[in-house]
Amino acid sequence: MSTLVVLEQRGAKWSRISFEALAAATQIGDPIEAVVIGRDVTGLVEEAAGHPVQKIFVLSDERLAEYTPDAYTISLEQLIKARSPKSVVFPHTYQVRDYAPKLAARFGQVLLSDVVNVKKEDGLVFVRQLFQGKLNAEVKAAGEPAFVSIQSGAFRATEPGGNKVPAEDFPVTIDPAQIRSKPEAPFREGARSVDLSAAELIVAVGRGIKEKENLRIVEELAEVLGAELAASRPICDNGWLPMERQVGSSGQTVTPKVYFAVGISGAIQHLVGMKGSKTVVAINKDENAPIFETADYGVVGDLFEVVPALVQEIRKEKV
Amino acid sequence: MKIIVCVKQVPVRDSALRLDSEGKWLDESDLSWEMNEPDAYALEEALQLKEKLGGDVVVLCAGPPRVQTTIREALAKGADRGIHIETEDKERPDALATARRLADVVRADAPDLVLTGLQSDDLGYGQTGVILAELLGFSHATIVMDIEPQGSAVRVKRELEDGWFQHVVLQLPAVLTIQSGIRRLRYATLMGIKKAKTKEVKTVSAATAPGGSETNRVSLPSRTKGSQILSGDARQVAHDLVEKLRFEARVL
Repeated sequence: MSTLVVLEQRGAKWSRISFEALAAATQIGDPIEAVVIGRDVTGLVEEAAGHPVQKIFVLSDERLAEYTPDAYTISLEQLIKARSPKSVVFPHTYQVRDYAPKLAARFGQVLLSDVVNVKKEDGLVFVRQLFQGKLNAEVKAAGEPAFVSIQSGAFRATEPGGNKVPAEDFPVTIDPAQIRSKPEAPFREGARSVDLSAAELIVAVGRGIKEKENLRIVEELAEVLGAELAASRPICDNGWLPMERQVGSSGQTVTPKVYFAVGISGAIQHLVGMKGSKTVVAINKDENAPIFETADYGVVGDLFEVVPALVQEIRKEKV
Repeated sequence: MKIIVCVKQVPVRDSALRLDSEGKWLDESDLSWEMNEPDAYALEEALQLKEKLGGDVVVLCAGPPRVQTTIREALAKGADRGIHIETEDKERPDALATARRLADVVRADAPDLVLTGLQSDDLGYGQTGVILAELLGFSHATIVMDIEPQGSAVRVKRELEDGWFQHVVLQLPAVLTIQSGIRRLRYATLMGIKKAKTKEVKTVSAATAPGGSETNRVSLPSRTKGSQILSGDARQVAHDLVEKLRFEARVL
């Protein structure tokens, strides 16, 4: 009866969301074991001292040096079979999304993905968000182990500082013929010329703007405020604003004094990029838009009326 | 190249959601339905590959009879034929249950490539493609932005986190989940709509496949943060908001 937490590291650094997954695991209540994949992780294991983990298994086979879904699945399958945990908890990262559903399927399970809460009722109940955050569902795993991935920011990460966590090498057997993909080196496209992370005021625009021609409305608001213009992903995908103005998990992370979210519904991919803002103002016509949960001030109304009125009001005050 | 595109029909984006009387699921009686947007990008990618390389694009969709409209839409845009896995109206399959059903049909059709969206806009598991690959014994890659065929392999560009990308070479057959927004979606032409009427749609009935989850209940999320909601006349709202930002939050 244990919980296995899959901790993620990159370039010999823990990703913080790993400890959020650990926090979720503590709510399950069973003793926690963890696993980390990589070589030379001695330093990382030391850093993990004090976290609520009984033991960290280290998977350091050379075939795991580069991420492939096949090698990760095969290795973790062997560890799970050896340890028989009742639950397996992952951080909900792009990498986990790439292999964990495959791993879960090998055990006849589905990954309960992007979980925001854990409840203990008649068994373990996991809360997932559906319809981009507009609906919560309470879900149980149909069998064991339960495979669960944790949404970024949903749990407060566990803190280090305390006793050393013992580490144990777990040898795995991987036949090279089982690896069917060949990854090349990761790369970035061009340098960013816009740094939104230092902006004090940001006006961000989303799908609600409807047409490229309507952008003028939010540009005016940004001008009168002296704010940087930003956008959610669909706007940049359409080429209406450059990619470098995108806020969210695939764009920039911002922490302004005020973030105006105009016509942005608030999908989690966007929220992770802006929830550190001091004050959030949301303008949206859909009163159930998840952005209103993050907003300090919400305006339920038509942005095509509200934004021009706001521009006028700010101009008036400036005189 | 033979490509199967798996598409799902979901409630129209920004539908007003109402719970059913037991709080077990949504009241679906007055919902309208459309093709899951990420799957529309998978279809677009398949059609562009076909235009470059030739071959066949088959659209595959599981669901009650209403999903026929989504299959026809895909045919009107240029898919060659459709397969409808007919399910009961009352079923709520999760990603595993759906992938199990899709797998039987895909196996029989033996494609080189299976494309689907990276997630559904309703359940949002983001897993159907990956599970499908596992069940079929195909290789896979997720969040794909570009596809470059290389004989019996395919080189794809994947999106990673924080603005990073990576190329991966995969052996065929493979399942790829396609990132949204990477191409401009085409509209169906009048000619396309006409032609779609004569294209073949095969309906297969599938026995219920087990999933990996049970949904106990659903609820509309409550606001956790003490947000102040302003509504009413735009000018009044703008005035109140500026006042609050200035004197309450003191950020302007």
